Amino acid sequence: MAYSLLEGNEAIARGAIAAGCNFFAGYPITPATTIYHSMLNLLPSAGGICLQGEDEIASIGFCLGASMAGMKVMTATSGPGISLYSENISFAVGSEIPIVIVDVQRLGPSTGSATRGADGDINFLRWGSSGGLPVIVLAPVDVNDCFTLTMHAFNLAEKFRCPVFIASNKEIGMTRENIDLDGLDLPEIISRTPAPLNRPFQPFQTDTGQTVPGFLSIGDNVLVRQISSTHDPHGYITTDPDEIARSQNRLKDKLLSAVDHFTFHEAFNMDNAATLLITYGVTARAAKAVYNQQCRQGNPISLLVLKTLWPVPEHLIRQVARTVKRIVVVEMNMGQYVREIKRILPEKQIDFLGQMDGRLITPAQITETIDSE
Amino acid sequence: MNSFLNAERPPVFCPGCTHERITHTLDQAFQDMGLVGHQVVIVSDIGCSGLFDTFFHTHAFHGLHGRALTYAAGLKMARPELKVVVTMGDGGQGIGGAHLLAACRRNLDLTLLILNNFNFGMTGGQFSATTPPDAQLGSGFLNQLERPLDICEVARSAGAPYVMRCSGFRKNLAEEIQRAIAYKGFSVMDIWGICPGRYTKKNRLTTKTIDDALAKLPPLEGMVAENTRPEYGQHYRKIAAVQKKAAKPAVIEAQYEAPQIGRQEVILLGSAGQRIITAGELLCIAGLTAGLKTTQKNEYNITVLRGPSISELILSPEKIDYTGIDMPSVVVALDQEGVDRRGNLFKHLAKDALIIQISGVTLPANKADIHRVDLKAQSIKRTDWALASLAVLAKLEKVLQPEMLEAALKIKFKGKTLTSSLDLIGRVEIGEWA
Ligand code: SF4
Repeated sequence: MAYSLLEGNEAIARGAIAAGCNFFAGYPITPATTIYHSMLNLLPSAGGICLQGEDEIASIGFCLGASMAGMKVMTATSGPGISLYSENISFAVGSEIPIVIVDVQRLGPSTGSATRGADGDINFLRWGSSGGLPVIVLAPVDVNDCFTLTMHAFNLAEKFRCPVFIASNKEIGMTRENIDLDGLDLPEIISRTPAPLNRPFQPFQTDTGQTVPGFLSIGDNVLVRQISSTHDPHGYITTDPDEIARSQNRLKDKLLSAVDHFTFHEAFNMDNAATLLITYGVTARAAKAVYNQQCRQGNPISLLVLKTLWPVPEHLIRQVARTVKRIVVVEMNMGQYVREIKRILPEKQIDFLGQMDGRLITPAQITETIDSE
Repeated sequence: MNSFLNAERPPVFCPGCTHERITHTLDQAFQDMGLVGHQVVIVSDIGCSGLFDTFFHTHAFHGLHGRALTYAAGLKMARPELKVVVTMGDGGQGIGGAHLLAACRRNLDLTLLILNNFNFGMTGGQFSATTPPDAQLGSGFLNQLERPLDICEVARSAGAPYVMRCSGFRKNLAEEIQRAIAYKGFSVMDIWGICPGRYTKKNRLTTKTIDDALAKLPPLEGMVAENTRPEYGQHYRKIAAVQKKAAKPAVIEAQYEAPQIGRQEVILLGSAGQRIITAGELLCIAGLTAGLKTTQKNEYNITVLRGPSISELILSPEKIDYTGIDMPSVVVALDQEGVDRRGNLFKHLAKDALIIQISGVTLPANKADIHRVDLKAQSIKRTDWALASLAVLAKLEKVLQPEMLEAALKIKFKGKTLTSSLDLIGRVEIGEWA
């Protein structure tokens, strides 16, 4: 076997390039900075563009401009930077601008601890932009996921014309690990669908049954309008409530109705298990260790590792939870995603293990929670 | 020439608003330059000046308050052939001040038209960064307390190579806008105008008082000689074109056998500046040369040259799930700061665990086997201790073997660094059992 040694952040950068990313802008922030360094190493020499903004707002602003000019764009930051991105995130949601946003989470709140990990932004990524419309959030578990999920993130951003988040963590991004780059299961590259040229172009027009408008680039021969304000299909401000309702519903439905097609996960289903462990991110690694140990000891549990966190893959969760009585949700925060599990499965017993002190949740802690019934 | 104005969407400014004048003047400038709509993008933000993009048959990008220059930069880098014209008000200049400074320093070929009417028109006439202290506005007395900003002086001192201050009523304004757009670099026009909807309700401002006020200021009429320099985009592409292609990550073939079968957990306890993280990486690479899976989890403070630095390494024939280490098989005690940070782990150490204790480091009580090495006495620099400790482990045939370490060095380093590190691992003496 031949492996390379890569940290999660570098794998994200290399996954981005493999997905066709040709524009990156970032601002230094631990623990995301090495994504920027990697992109600076990889992109300019390959004919792409890598910029350092004067702040996070500028970095994402550059990306939105470049994306509307037809480039595949990515930016990367941590919690404090996501806070500054917020207004532009809602712009990208509402005005359908493809962008991949990496959040290498660190311990918050606020500036928190730059070199300690947490999964404290999971709800913030979903709900931290004005308007509250859905977004896509993917959560890698290891260096392989960092590479492949980043490729998926680009494909989803292109396909649905929306921001797609990678919810990484200092404990994945800055952890080095063996990776077999030639052995990865990589998706086909998807690019945004161009608008038909046989009729006058309307930047936000969708035909019946179509949820994502066709794209044309600013700078091409057909004039393109992009606008952050509430707009009609032509890209002009509208105050027509019916028109507005149509567009808001479309923005919601285009993701919610499609999530079953991008529900990334790992499910380890044991027929006779009474308990299902649900987790994501770096904590899934401790959970896998527990799963293996429980199987070895003849007390099997089931394990669901979610890699698509938002929109919530409700079908999958219901299906995997069907046969169990009890669910244990484990997260590196004080209790965020567990709210979704409780919402979806009100009839089940749901226990929670959370920790947010910069340390990884250990297999022993998880075992203790499982045994504590 | 055809007008660029959108016949279906005529300007909707208040009667007498200078913005309307400038709309027609900008149209004139585009026509005089012989442009066509798709060669131009108008980038605007929020407020009355943010309506500009609506009135023109060009590409349009209308975004958040104060951020227009950031979108413009992305557009221009992606499409160098586009004429990128940014319209912002004095309000946008205030909230987006950092972007103005950066745009001046960067010198990307954008044209910024600041439609300066000394207040926030749309939201009710609050004071902006350019409001005079004696103006009567919607912010009560607050504008009396702040000094207005001279945008042009700021732009000039921040490095803008083209700065012009003028009245919106200037006779040859279309010509001047054309000159600014044609300039290859960042051009700023601070265009003073009147907002009858808000500002002149209680304040006297006429074309004459604007002219008088401008006459009192040092004239700025375009090119700023001392700031003239290569345009950012061209400069970027020139330098990017000669960047060396990034190397592919090294693929490490399994060629050796690790001295122990089974999972090994190693923790390096040192301090910043000891190259702990590099040593950890080398141990991982060494593991790969023996066909093992490996993870490296690091802990350090945000300060670069102070505080503990800790690296947790797992080498295992099996896939590695949990990356933390609670019961290491090997602890390398390189510095007191690292040992103190993880003081708790010592009392749990197994009897057959190994501690490499570098002289000068005190260990908490433990039952493990201790191997002492005095690296100072061997005249080894503190920055090399972490690597030296790997050499000790290799010579003791614990976790790795000398040829694994040697191979790792050859993969990680080149040239002088390689020679000196090979020399170092060769000469390290292994010390003694405690
Ligand atoms: S409020 Fe002022 S700036 Fe806005 S349109 Fe009216 S006059 Fe012009």
